[in-house]
Amino acid sequence: MNLPNNNLNSIPIRIEDVAEYSIGNLRALLAEIAAHLEKLARDGATASIDLHSLPFASGEYEQLRLLLGQGEVAASIEAIGPSEINETRYPGVWWVTHYNVEGDIVADSIEITLIPEILKSQPEDISTGLELLRAQLNGEVQS
Amino acid sequence: MNPQELLHWLRGTGLQLAAAVFVLGMTYRMLHLALLGRKKNLAAARGAEWGPGLRTVWRRSFVMPELSARGKFTVIAGYTFHLGFFVTLFFLSQHIDMLRAVFGFGWTALPRSAIDIAAILSLAALIALLVHRYIDPVKRMLSGFEDYLSWLLTFLPLLTGFMLLRGIGFDYTMLLILHLLSVELLMVAAPFTKLAHMFSTFSARWYNGAVAGFKGVKA
Amino acid sequence: MNEHETLGARLAQQGISRRAFLKFCAAMTTMMALPPGAATAIAETLLKAKRPSVIWLSFQECTGCTESLTRSHSPTLESLIFDMISLDYHHTLQAASGFGAEKSREDAMKDFFGNYLLLVDGSIPLNEGGVYSTIAGRTNLDLLQEAAKGAAAIVAVGSCASFGGLPMANPNPTGAVAVSDIVKDKPIINISGCPPIPAVITGVLAHYLTFGELPALDELGRPQAFYGETIHDRCYRRPFYDQGKFAKTFDDEGARNGWCLYELGCKGPTTHNACATTKWNGGAGFPIEAGHGCLGCSEPNFWDAGSFYTPLAAPTANIAAVAGAAALIGAGAAVALSAADRAKKKKKQQAHEKLSVKDLGN
Repeated sequence: MNLPNNNLNSIPIRIEDVAEYSIGNLRALLAEIAAHLEKLARDGATASIDLHSLPFASGEYEQLRLLLGQGEVAASIEAIGPSEINETRYPGVWWVTHYNVEGDIVADSIEITLIPEILKSQPEDISTGLELLRAQLNGEVQS
Repeated sequence: MNPQELLHWLRGTGLQLAAAVFVLGMTYRMLHLALLGRKKNLAAARGAEWGPGLRTVWRRSFVMPELSARGKFTVIAGYTFHLGFFVTLFFLSQHIDMLRAVFGFGWTALPRSAIDIAAILSLAALIALLVHRYIDPVKRMLSGFEDYLSWLLTFLPLLTGFMLLRGIGFDYTMLLILHLLSVELLMVAAPFTKLAHMFSTFSARWYNGAVAGFKGVKA
Repeated sequence: MNEHETLGARLAQQGISRRAFLKFCAAMTTMMALPPGAATAIAETLLKAKRPSVIWLSFQECTGCTESLTRSHSPTLESLIFDMISLDYHHTLQAASGFGAEKSREDAMKDFFGNYLLLVDGSIPLNEGGVYSTIAGRTNLDLLQEAAKGAAAIVAVGSCASFGGLPMANPNPTGAVAVSDIVKDKPIINISGCPPIPAVITGVLAHYLTFGELPALDELGRPQAFYGETIHDRCYRRPFYDQGKFAKTFDDEGARNGWCLYELGCKGPTTHNACATTKWNGGAGFPIEAGHGCLGCSEPNFWDAGSFYTPLAAPTANIAAVAGAAALIGAGAAVALSAADRAKKKKKQQAHEKLSVKDLGN
């Protein structure tokens, strides 16, 4: 049911000059990120900020992207829809965005951690994979 | 009755009732005062009544030096409260919305910061006046239940209004309910308590000025 | 079929990886407004949870709530229906009709007695014995009372089921009432809104599935996670309210600058809902973002609470007319009593009697 034009991202949207538009919601968010990052550096405590629950004026979300920027790591996951995991310009601050198969954002958060949980291989998946690998090995030995 | 229904009642029927009592009571009291009739003064008039009367209404709005020397605190705190009350009542944008809805016209609001200052000064002055009323032996002796009631009825709208603007204590719906309740209580009580001075003070001043003017004396 | 399998088993069958499931849980965590760290714990519980049977009854309603739910972006309705719950009866969505449809409802009520979740949208008419709305020849009242008996909990979807909504608006010709006016002995959760936010409907279902109970409710029976704050509290235009910057019309400079819509009748300050953060249409926006004030649709009696365009500060009734009448009556009373006083005065004077203030109509 994915018509070419029902995706919001396909509508060309002109972003207004962001600097002009901020009404002060971002400063508080950046201060919160800094506080969490300090705790991560000091005692390894991780934190996560749900962007879904925060009020943004139009343009502020885009401004946040500009402010945090793109760091060294950019990863993507393909599991019931794509996910984008980017380390920002500030190491330890990750931007994690999950999409569903229709391309809508279903979860959007800033994670302050060494590596986001979702990137790690899961024990259950490892055992399932191991079984498959064994089966494949056995199959190869037999043939 | 849930909070939404109560709020709706206070914005509608409740306000109508309060306005009816206030206007009816005030009109009756003021007109009755005017129609009481004065004994015809048989002496020859040495001056006019209306001019000096109106002049006194205006002039008594300013502090008389001999009074300020006697009760500096009461005068300063009293003026601060009245001015602050006047500014918040007539220059807060939400109040102008209300007046515009009722009378069909409005005017420019003062910036929020000015209203905040006026409200805080007014509240502080009211509290100081209450404390002084209690500490000062003469004032205390002169004060009765109605004085404290009038104080409370005046204080509550200011306090709840300030809490509403700043979102202090409760959620907006509850604060708006409290504010409207306190205002409507004030409106209902005003004609029947000393708070009626909000109108009668002007007729009293006029009367003083007129009596003096008739005798050719400056009030 | 009186036991549903666990969600974990179903996911394994479908070959959905644990990582994919974690992602799904992250989506639900953000939807339910739970702390972001809760996703892992939710995943653990959900895997073991049994899919509950759900019966959905539609009464006096416009199907807007179902429309809203079928536009739910996360999780998709398909996954909601097939993976999280067993939607055994929904007369708009199901393929079956007639006796077959009614039978599936009866079967579910019998097989899962005491355990199924009952979802209701629409209000229930009581006038004339409830004839204003019937399904398969039975009144809404009858159907609700029957289905409520075996329900573990009832979810009132939308303002009509929660508070009576539009059918109950003055003069309420059908005698419409809310679910909670009829059912008194079951836990009821109100998901109000006209329509409610789709993610809130699915979020509550997800919460029930995860924790096996209804979430914490406010005094009107709404889940606090979504209705705990007002639109105003979370509005991105809030800074303008605090600065006293208001749009005066819908097309003035203030409106173009995105100033606060309070003076244009926005009910955001008195309306509890999650629109300002959860938003609509897959996060595209919410009414205030489109330049229109909040109507207050998730609050009781919103339809009768005065004009949508009257500022909250202004009265909802005609004050000037009442005050004018009161002034006339007051003046009349003053004139009449003064005349009486004068007559009294004259009489006393003629009789050479004393007259005190107490004798006058004060």
